[in-house]
Amino acid sequence: MPSYNISQYSIGLQVNGEWRTIQVRTADTLLYVLRESLGLTGSKNGCDNGDCGTCTILVNGVPIKSCIMLTVEANGQHITTIEGLTHSPIMQAFVQQQAFQCGYCTPGFIVNCHGLLNAHPDANEETIGIWLESNICRCTSYEEIHKAVMSVFTSNNAAKPTSQGS
Amino acid sequence: MIPFNFEYYKPSSIPEAVELFRQLYAQGKNPMYYSGGTEIITWARMNAIRPGAVIDLKSISECNIIQYQYNHLVIGSCVPLSMLTAVNLFPLLSETAQGVADQTARNKITFGGNICGRIYYREAVLPLLLSNSRMLIAGLKGMREVSIHHVFVQQMRLESGEFIVQMITDREYLALPYVHVKKRQIGNVGYPLVTLAALKKDHQIRTAYSGVCAFPFRSIEMEQVLNDPMLSIEAKVDQAIDKLPAPVLTNTEASAAYRKFVLKHTLIETLSLLEGK
Repeated sequence: MPSYNISQYSIGLQVNGEWRTIQVRTADTLLYVLRESLGLTGSKNGCDNGDCGTCTILVNGVPIKSCIMLTVEANGQHITTIEGLTHSPIMQAFVQQQAFQCGYCTPGFIVNCHGLLNAHPDANEETIGIWLESNICRCTSYEEIHKAVMSVFTSNNAAKPTSQGS
Repeated sequence: MIPFNFEYYKPSSIPEAVELFRQLYAQGKNPMYYSGGTEIITWARMNAIRPGAVIDLKSISECNIIQYQYNHLVIGSCVPLSMLTAVNLFPLLSETAQGVADQTARNKITFGGNICGRIYYREAVLPLLLSNSRMLIAGLKGMREVSIHHVFVQQMRLESGEFIVQMITDREYLALPYVHVKKRQIGNVGYPLVTLAALKKDHQIRTAYSGVCAFPFRSIEMEQVLNDPMLSIEAKVDQAIDKLPAPVLTNTEASAAYRKFVLKHTLIETLSLLEGK
């Protein structure tokens, strides 16, 4: 039974493909540790309340708002932050579609969309809409963000072989 | 940032969890059971709660199942809301779960956590109230299985040291005709003005509500009126609203008067949809 009855202790987690052992407070959120202990400042602190989505990361491939997750919960888990998605198709699509203005929300959007593409490679409009509702863009770049996501889905589907094998 | 320290424990069995609670409580550490943890983190950050220890239930296998057992659907309390929707074994529950927060948050918010929350909407309980589900509860005195109606009266009424292990719903309720409507002030994410869940069994419409009063509820008195064949739909709805169990909520989302207006039209829509089924 894992238990930690001190305020500082050691956990191991994989961050962007690299195993790390870190000392954390039980009360530290994962967002805080990613930024302050691991120097991964791509995940932003927005609302700190699970509403805005700019701190979104992937935990074992599933989007999670890192401001409402304790770091101790990540013990033994695989974490992907925006820094781990460099050159990913969805990041490139955001650049090509200029799907941002100030850019503060962009890491969360990209990580969430990456999770969506992996979980639902054939997602319909309804599913895409539901997933995108998890993130807020105060510059209101929603139209461009939607275009960026759709461009990756379209590109992926065009690259798939047809039933005739062509 | 949470401004105080607490101890963290992650037991892998129900007896371990309960024993931990007993020990930590005896040590004066104000332990709290922890599932998705979203509310605990939020309240702790605001210094509104101050647990000296949290007991994370997510490694307890019984709290993570979602499966049929004989004639029942059994769902563990640590199952995330997004999972309920993804597996879709109880469509009314799937839709109700999908109305809570947003997709990413639902990956963290759990079924049990939503029902036990301090934020008073607790919408995931509505399908359980309509289907007369039962709760499997673990505590210092052992395990008990009780009707949702006995332990959820405005909010979960657990004894000190107890936690929900599973929710159990008879299979006959899973495929009944249903309606789920969530009306918000704006957009598709946020707290409800009115959430109405309804299902029809044996030609009778059952309804449960969140956002209307300061707690979720199902009212037999309202259902008696809503199923009165002698009344028009308008009369049913007007008389049902007169039988609400508490004052209608006024908060930043809406005034009581506006909520009543929304409730009336939501009920008319719901009855119109279900009466022909």
